[in-house]
Amino acid sequence: MSDVKWGMVVDVDKCSGCQACVIACMAENNIPINLDRDFKENRSIAWIRIERYWEGEYPDVKARFLPVLCQHCGNAPCEPVCPVYATFHNDQGMNIQVYNRCVGTRYCANNCPYHARYFNYRRPTWPETYNNYLNPDVTVRDRGIMEKCSFCVQRINAATRIAKRDGNEDAIAGLQTACAQACPTDALVFGNLNNPDSQVSQLYNDERSYVLQESIGTQPNIRYLKKIDEHAAAEAHAH
Amino acid sequence: MQDRPTLTPTQINEELLWPVFSFRRRHAIAFIPPMILLMGGVAAVTILVYQGLWVTGLARPAFWGFFIVNFVFWIGVSHAGTMISAILRLTQAEWKRPITRAAEVMTIFSLITSLLHPVIHAGRPWRIIYWLLPYDFSRGIWPDIRSPLVWDPIAITTYLTGSVLFVFTALIPDFALIRDQSTGLRKKIYGQLALGWRGTPRQWKLQGIFGLLMSALILPVFVSVHSIVSWDFAVSVVPAWHVTVYAPYFVIGAVHSGVSMVLTLMALMRWIFKLENYIWEDHFDAVGRLLIVIATLWLFFFFLDFAFSFYTREEQELAVMERRLFEWPFNAITVIMVFTSYIIPIPLWLSRRVRRNIPLMFWTSILVNIGMWLERYFLIIPAIERKQELTFLWSNYVPSLIESLVVLASFGMVGFLLLLFAKFVPLVPAWEAKEGVVFREDVQFGQVVLPGIIKETEEENVW
Repeated sequence: MSDVKWGMVVDVDKCSGCQACVIACMAENNIPINLDRDFKENRSIAWIRIERYWEGEYPDVKARFLPVLCQHCGNAPCEPVCPVYATFHNDQGMNIQVYNRCVGTRYCANNCPYHARYFNYRRPTWPETYNNYLNPDVTVRDRGIMEKCSFCVQRINAATRIAKRDGNEDAIAGLQTACAQACPTDALVFGNLNNPDSQVSQLYNDERSYVLQESIGTQPNIRYLKKIDEHAAAEAHAH
Repeated sequence: MQDRPTLTPTQINEELLWPVFSFRRRHAIAFIPPMILLMGGVAAVTILVYQGLWVTGLARPAFWGFFIVNFVFWIGVSHAGTMISAILRLTQAEWKRPITRAAEVMTIFSLITSLLHPVIHAGRPWRIIYWLLPYDFSRGIWPDIRSPLVWDPIAITTYLTGSVLFVFTALIPDFALIRDQSTGLRKKIYGQLALGWRGTPRQWKLQGIFGLLMSALILPVFVSVHSIVSWDFAVSVVPAWHVTVYAPYFVIGAVHSGVSMVLTLMALMRWIFKLENYIWEDHFDAVGRLLIVIATLWLFFFFLDFAFSFYTREEQELAVMERRLFEWPFNAITVIMVFTSYIIPIPLWLSRRVRRNIPLMFWTSILVNIGMWLERYFLIIPAIERKQELTFLWSNYVPSLIESLVVLASFGMVGFLLLLFAKFVPLVPAWEAKEGVVFREDVQFGQVVLPGIIKETEEENVW
């Protein structure tokens, strides 16, 4: 399986800011429910978040949406600073977080330029009735542990097992992360970057593609596709 | 030079050893404030460990706060011991005598206190202690040596081990002194600690050589410890942390706050233990003069930090610098910091009259340390709160009561440990005090005046 390199393309032009990916991720990965309090304290957890920026002056205001998740950097700033190897790189290009090893120094989160890491300040709790809805394939993280987007590693592992059992790669080819699966506009495309026929590797080299904060040199496995702003073009013509 | 009291050996023994052999009211009362602070801190840490880190003010993106600021501060204070002992011992500055031990012991206690901070900071102490031990147990994984958080414990424990050896060898003659003056269990315990010290010329020689050797050996450690602590920040990708000037800047800031803390300690020792005969105004004068140089050097690095970002013109770094200077509350912090750690004390210390005014020196040294604590806050917090360009998650760090209690308790803990230490060993080395007296009795050889030499004879057993 080492010929696989997982990656994602986020098309900012298609993102409508609906937050379906956020909810899907929470359901898939047993993320605790964020209460009012958590947002006010800036301690909410969302492995993928939609950053909303306002552009322009009232009344000519436009909302801009930027989905941000762990960029699974090829040269990740979070990895070398962890004293206990709780975060490391695997051979499929993913940045792995090992919850059992995490001691809570929070250095990785300080060093992440994308704010993609989330810390469990509280012990996560769910209403009694929700306990049966938790995903059995995903560990529930206790307090004092750092967590972040795992590219739905449990799905990747399950698909790999099925592919091995059946002897064909169909299960892997159809693999989707929860966020990509839920996205109504297909703004998120997940797949194998090493397969030149996959949609993701074709979009990866699209002329609109760019890297978030490229100057830091993190070499992420996630690239973004630029927003196409027809108004900007019209304004440029008008001048 | 003022008239120095001539002291007899018996008088020295009496005046320095009373806290060991009796427990007077002034010593007991001195215990109260640090105990109160310490109890507050113990309560705070208990709540934190039981409840989890939500009781602190930490939140995204400031994952580090008061605990780390205080950790850096106490590592800084620990630099005083070596600064005073090693450097002054190597340069043979005579005035270091009465303050070496207090400074060295403060090094040890502030190192222990600072080592507690990362453990509290992680929120689940049992895990960080277990996982960071450099042994693989059954995991098959060793700590990651690339991480500055692994360099830290290595550097700090090296420094701690060196300092303990340094203090212990300097203590041996005093252990022997207490052994010879006591009976029963105390005699037995101090006898073990004195390691068979009889005060033979060979023993004195070896002790002296070891002191000099350790001074020289510990100097590189002294520079490296705070450099490594500064690399916690300097090797990260956070703008304005990621600067090469941090290592020397932190070291010089450490010496500034540490030596000022020694001034505070000297004044307190003089008052609590009535050491007027040993800690003179001359000593305050000398430390004050030393501090003028150190503080000016610190101010140079303070400007250098800004100069570096002005020259590189890196946008994010400039933004952090602007935030440090002009944005509330950091503008206030910067002003207070520069005033308390430089503009107020240094011109005062230029005057000989002030340097010999002990209450004034006490209060100015406290001012310096308020400033130097704020300096650590000023260096660490504004940068991490405005990390990188994704502005969506920017927020401001507001420390909680629990964190403030822990910070106060760290001062209580160092004070408490020092007072406890004073109960068992004299804070002013008795043998150094006696050596100083002998050295001052100049010996005349013809027209040449030479310093005296310690004579070890049977009759002078009381030495």
